[in-house]
Amino acid sequence: MNISEIIYHLIFYVFAMLVIGSALVVAFSRNILYSAFALLLTLFGVAGLYVFLQADFLAAAQVLIYVGGILVLILFGVMLTHQISNVNLSNPAVKPWLAGPLVLIILAGLIWIIVKTDWSGPKIWLDLIGSELKILPGPTTQQIGQAIMGKYLLPFEVVSVLLLAALLGAAYLARSRGKSNQ
Amino acid sequence: MLFDFANVLVFILIGLLFVFFTLVFSWMVRPHKPDKDKASTYECGERPFGSAWVQFNIRFYVIALIFIIFDVEVLLLFPWAVVFQTLPRGVALVEVLIFIGLLLIGLAYLWKQGDLEWVKTIKKDDE
Repeated sequence: MNISEIIYHLIFYVFAMLVIGSALVVAFSRNILYSAFALLLTLFGVAGLYVFLQADFLAAAQVLIYVGGILVLILFGVMLTHQISNVNLSNPAVKPWLAGPLVLIILAGLIWIIVKTDWSGPKIWLDLIGSELKILPGPTTQQIGQAIMGKYLLPFEVVSVLLLAALLGAAYLARSRGKSNQ
Repeated sequence: MLFDFANVLVFILIGLLFVFFTLVFSWMVRPHKPDKDKASTYECGERPFGSAWVQFNIRFYVIALIFIIFDVEVLLLFPWAVVFQTLPRGVALVEVLIFIGLLLIGLAYLWKQGDLEWVKTIKKDDE
């Protein structure tokens, strides 16, 4: 194991611990705002893990959409909560008999995916670190761009319609609530 | 690609070190003489009263929602921008103009309906 592999592993485990640790804070924090802020680290750490999976576009998307957008939305959602000072318990376990099996099913599904997935991609990358950096697979953004401008052009345009529907739907929902509040 | 993201990591580390150094250095050199006013929440020279937990206006949420929609749009424009040089110019331009145009119609509609305005306009709608 040469020095670059050790650094590679070290950075990976730092990101993995960042994700798991902050996810635990999200789950167990008594203050809902602390949970929301811990989610920032979780989502950012997941972006780092995407980089390790060679998914550079997905990592950028994670930072841009989730860290930059969804998290702001969640924070606004927290701050919009009615009588926020009374909401101290972030996760009251209302129905453990329902949540328990559900979590176990999701866990089984995740383990199944982990076992079934071919992880050779990142392994190839790891093998190449010491020797030839130029034969690493290139950025995925260009391939995605060629795909959405060629073969997947119609889905690309349909996404625009989907976003349009989301835009109008969001504004409609917020508008009707705004009126009922008065 | 690994090197590119190593650059990003270096920037993140420098940012963290910058904050860490600033806090630790000021912690080492500053005198420690707290009193009641210093220990209270900074409120631009006013005495803070009430709780910091106030219910935000719903308008913030709408703006954030609309922001995310256009966030996704900008993200999808990145792959297009990367391959723009390799494609026939007119075709790529038209494809993206349709993509942006559809969302611009939505934005224009919201603007006209007053969803982007502050609360005042909503009251006008109710009349």
